[in-house]
Amino acid sequence: MEQSFVNDLQKIVGEQFTLSDKESLAVYGYDSTPELESLPGAVVLPGTTGEVARVMSLCHGAGICVTPRGSGTNLSGGSLSAGGVVLQTSRMNRIMEIDEENLTATVETGVITSALHRDVEARGLFYPPDPGSMNISTMGGNVAENSGGLRGLKYGVTSDYVMGLTTILPNGELLKTGGKAVKNVAGYNLNDLLVSSEGTLGIFTGVMVRLIPKPQAKKTMLVHFPELEQAALTVSHIIAARIIPATLEFLDKVTIRCVEDYAKVGLPLDVEAVLLIEVDGHPAMVQDDAAAIRAICEKHRCSFFQTAATADEALKLATARRVALSALARVKPTTILEDATVPRSCIAPMVKLIQETARKYDLTIGTFGHAGDGNLHPTCLTDERDKDEISRAHQAFAEIFDAAIAMGGTITGEHGVGLAKKKYLPKLVGETGIRVMRNIKGAFDPKGILNPGKII
Amino acid sequence: MGYEKLINCMRCGMCLPHCPTYKETFLETASPRGRVALVRKFQEGDLEGSERFLDYLSLCLDCQACASACPCGVNAGELVAEFKCEKKDRDGLSFMEELVLHWLLPHPDRLEAAAYPLKLYQRSGLQKVVRKLGLLKMFPPRLSRMEGLLPHLPAQPLRRTLQEVTPAQGEERGTVGFFLGCVMSLVFSEASFATVQLLSALGYRVITPKAQKCCGAPNMLASDRAGMEEMARFNVELFSSYDLDFIVTDCGGCGAELKKYGHHLEDDGQAAVFSAKVRDISQVLVEGAALLGQRLRPLPYRVTYHDPCHIAHCQGIRNEPRQLLRMVPGLDYRELDDADACCGSAGTYNIERPEMADRVLLRKIDTIRKTGADYLVTSNPGCLLQLKQALAKTEPQVRVIHLTELLQASING
Ligand SMILES: Cc1cc2nc3c(=O)[nH]c(=O)nc-3n(C[C@H](O)[C@H](O)[C@H](O)COP(=O)(O)OP(=O)(O)OC[C@H]3O[C@@H](n4cnc5c(N)ncnc54)[C@H](O)[C@@H]3O)c2cc1C
Ligand code: SF4
Ligand code: SF4
Repeated sequence: MEQSFVNDLQKIVGEQFTLSDKESLAVYGYDSTPELESLPGAVVLPGTTGEVARVMSLCHGAGICVTPRGSGTNLSGGSLSAGGVVLQTSRMNRIMEIDEENLTATVETGVITSALHRDVEARGLFYPPDPGSMNISTMGGNVAENSGGLRGLKYGVTSDYVMGLTTILPNGELLKTGGKAVKNVAGYNLNDLLVSSEGTLGIFTGVMVRLIPKPQAKKTMLVHFPELEQAALTVSHIIAARIIPATLEFLDKVTIRCVEDYAKVGLPLDVEAVLLIEVDGHPAMVQDDAAAIRAICEKHRCSFFQTAATADEALKLATARRVALSALARVKPTTILEDATVPRSCIAPMVKLIQETARKYDLTIGTFGHAGDGNLHPTCLTDERDKDEISRAHQAFAEIFDAAIAMGGTITGEHGVGLAKKKYLPKLVGETGIRVMRNIKGAFDPKGILNPGKII
Repeated sequence: MGYEKLINCMRCGMCLPHCPTYKETFLETASPRGRVALVRKFQEGDLEGSERFLDYLSLCLDCQACASACPCGVNAGELVAEFKCEKKDRDGLSFMEELVLHWLLPHPDRLEAAAYPLKLYQRSGLQKVVRKLGLLKMFPPRLSRMEGLLPHLPAQPLRRTLQEVTPAQGEERGTVGFFLGCVMSLVFSEASFATVQLLSALGYRVITPKAQKCCGAPNMLASDRAGMEEMARFNVELFSSYDLDFIVTDCGGCGAELKKYGHHLEDDGQAAVFSAKVRDISQVLVEGAALLGQRLRPLPYRVTYHDPCHIAHCQGIRNEPRQLLRMVPGLDYRELDDADACCGSAGTYNIERPEMADRVLLRKIDTIRKTGADYLVTSNPGCLLQLKQALAKTEPQVRVIHLTELLQASING
């Protein structure tokens, strides 16, 4: 990138927050996506909405591409830039307002998700979206990817909480959408359009989210199943019994074995599936729900059922799920974490299919995830230096995604399309879908300078 | 360095919120993930070891908070340290490093003799004069920083006054070797004396081999691997000549290093046996908790605990010190926010990277203030030095003491 342009960036955000040295560019050439890398031309860390707008209009004028970035933890290559400017929002990390009357929180988009959790929970309030990366992911990244989490089944995902956005458009203009009013039907719902736009339509600098009261009580249960189908049926039957657990997580056999190797939490190696179930709400209801769940699990021949009596014990029961990714990631150098998602009723066939595909391509794939909403994480343990195995892994995932689509599911439940899943999108949304998306992109960004090459 | 260790990083970013330098800067180059990537790209030939490159790496505190957080078992701090060691092997040590690491540290007598002028400087009142007149401003900044860190030195290093064998009180439970850290002996001799008394009170016969040498951690900090190995071999041989149940230390830094001897000296079977016997004092005291509990008398203190990196992150010890503090009757224990975040002392970091060290320290001081505690307990000499000095300036009501000193005070009532 030309030094004179870098100087212009410096004038806006300051020398300290404009990086263009070789070393810096090298480490902004990746995010959490395996295998993908591309070098940006410069990195800026603006401190205010005004600075973001000025950077954007400078780049718009010069025809230079900009890619927003929060903490760079997405798994679809969304925050990578080829030669353009990476704009990192981390310095904009103020929690502006927690409105206890309207139950809203307004934050700058560089705020870390768990920092918001801490602040609102200290006031007896609750912001439910809790992606696995919540200790480092930014609110801007969460909105841009429409992130979900362990509590998604009962409480929904990020989009269910976004009430308002402050967005800098590709030409540097400021757009405010939504607001504190709970009902709002004025014009197209731009909020919803912007959520999950993966940094391709505008740069969010502020977000207002809905809060809810913190549930009074919680109960955590851990259940083992010798048969996979029975575990899957349990999931469906719990929901059919009109119980919506806050969390309904699943671990398959491969994951169980890795967890046991790594953390020695006492999981038997002969079970096919483990479910971690959490119900929350009014204490009496929590009690009833837990009893009903126990009966359903027993009916489906669980081999072990434990309810945590104390908060410490709950933490212990949740250990297996909490360390699942660590346990898998340690087996081999390269970990490819996917998020194929199917309707809830298809969990058993999907897990079976993943296991068969792994066998067919001679791969190790552990599957865990949010069984309650059919969002599975088949995780392939491999070694990037073994080109043959990597190519088999890609073939296997292509088949898994095809199967997910055939079952009425999707190629990504929460990680987004970005670069990594771009080639699968047409299969899912069809030509018409792609055309409409292109037109939307064109309406926001006619010059095509904001995070180009992503999604479509 | 093993390339394997570098490619184990899956770039998930889970380490970022735990890294003190990332928290201050939000820069990827100042994050564990970025440091692993820098070293990897160097090995792959994409980056050369330019001055700026080394400058980025040297901002790492080697606090290993990243290792505690990493799902893949990657230890960015250690990788950076190893990288610097390998570079040092090629470039050689500077004259000062040679002097301190090879001439001074391996010889406790020389070290103690070298500390003597410092003591004179304090005793004679010269220190007061120098500080009052602001003479330090005339010295180069590094030197004045070092002067500022100088604690009050005890009259005699503990190594000089302690008996080689301290008998057990009451029924004997076993024999332990006491590894007396250099700084503990020279500066915090009262704390280490308390350590020995506690061990003896719990029924341990305590052997403190007088010939022991520095653990070698300062060598590793200066990327001098050969120097560290020499000390390690000497200490392993020395302690192996006694019949010991454990080798105990009350210095977090020494403990972390001693536990790695087995790994450092792979060819030496005795080193692995040695390392397996090493215990932090809190681990041993917790084993004797029942007996200790009977002896503790009320202390009406408001106390908080700072986890030294070398104890929490390097040795994984978090519960034991807290459990011991909670045993003291009448003591109002308050948990510190981000208790295991580095205090910025980090060996010689405070002197090498003063600006970042101060920012990291400031965060620590803020959290300590918030607890309202009047005693800050910790158990590593680096943290003790750093926090004593900083709190004396801004929060003079907070006293900083070693865990064993507090426990001994409780026994004394
Ligand atoms: C270990 C691990 C666990 C994970 N668990 C989950 C999970 O449970 N659920 C889940 O949904 N995801 C999960 N993720 C994926 C990822 O953490 C989320 O997508 C997260 O929201 C990304 O946040 P970020 O701040 O890192 O954004 P980045 O990765 O920096 O950016 C993500 C995308 O958002 C865009 N963007 C970022 N900030 C802005 C902004 N201010 N304005 C406009 N666009 C912006 C970027 O251009 C990019 O396209 C996980 C990732 C990892 C590594
Ligand atoms: S060092 Fe560990 S925690 Fe940090 S990015 Fe790499 S794998 Fe993740
Ligand atoms: S050792 Fe400490 S400073 Fe260095 S990368 Fe790890 S967390 Fe950051």
